[in-house]
Amino acid sequence: MKYEAPETIDQAIDIYSKFNGSKKILAGGTDVLVQLRTDIVRPEMVMNIKKINSLHEFCIVDGYWKIGAAVSASKITKNTAFISEWPGIAEGVGLIGSTQIQNRATLVGNLSNASPAADGIPALVAANAKVEIVGQQGSRVKDVYSLIEGPGKLHLSKDEFITHILIPLQRDRSADCYLRFIPRTEMDIAVVGCGVNLSVKNQSISSAKIVLGAVGPKVIFADEAAELVLNSRLDKDVILKLQRMCEEIATPISDKRGSIRFRRQVAGVLAKRALQKAYARALEVS
Amino acid sequence: MKKVHVSTTINGTLKEFLCDTRETLLDALRDHMLLTGTKEGCGTGDCGSCSVIFDGDVICSCLTLAAEAEGRNIETIEGMAEGGELHVLQKKFLEHAALQCGICTPGILMASKALLKKNNNPSEEEARFWLAGNLCRCTGYDKIINAVLDAAREIREESDGV
Repeated sequence: MKYEAPETIDQAIDIYSKFNGSKKILAGGTDVLVQLRTDIVRPEMVMNIKKINSLHEFCIVDGYWKIGAAVSASKITKNTAFISEWPGIAEGVGLIGSTQIQNRATLVGNLSNASPAADGIPALVAANAKVEIVGQQGSRVKDVYSLIEGPGKLHLSKDEFITHILIPLQRDRSADCYLRFIPRTEMDIAVVGCGVNLSVKNQSISSAKIVLGAVGPKVIFADEAAELVLNSRLDKDVILKLQRMCEEIATPISDKRGSIRFRRQVAGVLAKRALQKAYARALEVS
Repeated sequence: MKKVHVSTTINGTLKEFLCDTRETLLDALRDHMLLTGTKEGCGTGDCGSCSVIFDGDVICSCLTLAAEAEGRNIETIEGMAEGGELHVLQKKFLEHAALQCGICTPGILMASKALLKKNNNPSEEEARFWLAGNLCRCTGYDKIINAVLDAAREIREESDGV
């Protein structure tokens, strides 16, 4: 296995795009190292991107929060300006693993691993986040939802890799939230996750995105449910209908962490709670 | 297979070693540096027994490539006691009998050291969450948490000049 550690993005593009064998990008390494050690992947080349300064960027540029591929989870959950603007995205990131994992794992890595149960993804999708991708042909921007192909797979060509996540600045009177269900209190993988991003006007919901995680091969937009809550203040009858809609739109599998029936029910409950929490937050900031 | 040459600072001393690209930092510490205080438990980042401090942050050395150590600053359990004098955390672990078999202890001590450097007055809940990635299967967690909180108290008293 070849090990490369370029110091500029141009070098990285050159090395990565010209290497024809199997290859892996090493950011935090918390997924890649496990896959490597258990022979799930046997790359002929690993490229460590942590020496590239621009991939450690975490700042606002041209109306977007720009988070580099080498930014660790603990850097994200310590950034008070970011947390106050996107508490839901920060909640998702903060739920990934232990202190040790948080100090290494990256949000771009969580996205690239593309686990259906990834805690980092639903709130990103609800926030309409995008990624910046580089390759031999230059750079391009793609939204997170359409980037994901399925479990462990992204729509990227062989010469391409992600450099940054771009999260639009939060609108006025708006807030997000991410909740997940696990059978214990810490250190577990989501049985169901739900990210919500909404805006309020005159105390009623004026726009909403509801995104369910771990109940399908990739995250699911609960668009009908989101439409239902428009112009509402989350009254009891709306909540009941919303829960049922989220139960129906979920397409989970049964496995050791939860049955189909259980996961559907939890999807409804989490959507309700995440909406209520995001709604309360949005009222607070308006 | 071509080896990678790594020079890195371990417990304040500049060290050099040659490693295979697939080797982890844990392999390098134990097999090349013969620093066997850092233990391998699960090897997949779940148990925390291989915890070391890497540029100031506690990490799992089993999830870090040895080659990534180039130019970094690494602290292991071997550097915890200074000049034969045990670190306050080590003393408190003995006082509170916060260990039995001892396999998890070096990792828990390194993680606790990182916690107390960041926050010398953690609540019990903060300490338990911080150490959630360090598993212990024989002592139980109460004694460990008590030792960490007691060490924090002593560190605060020392810094207050009491």
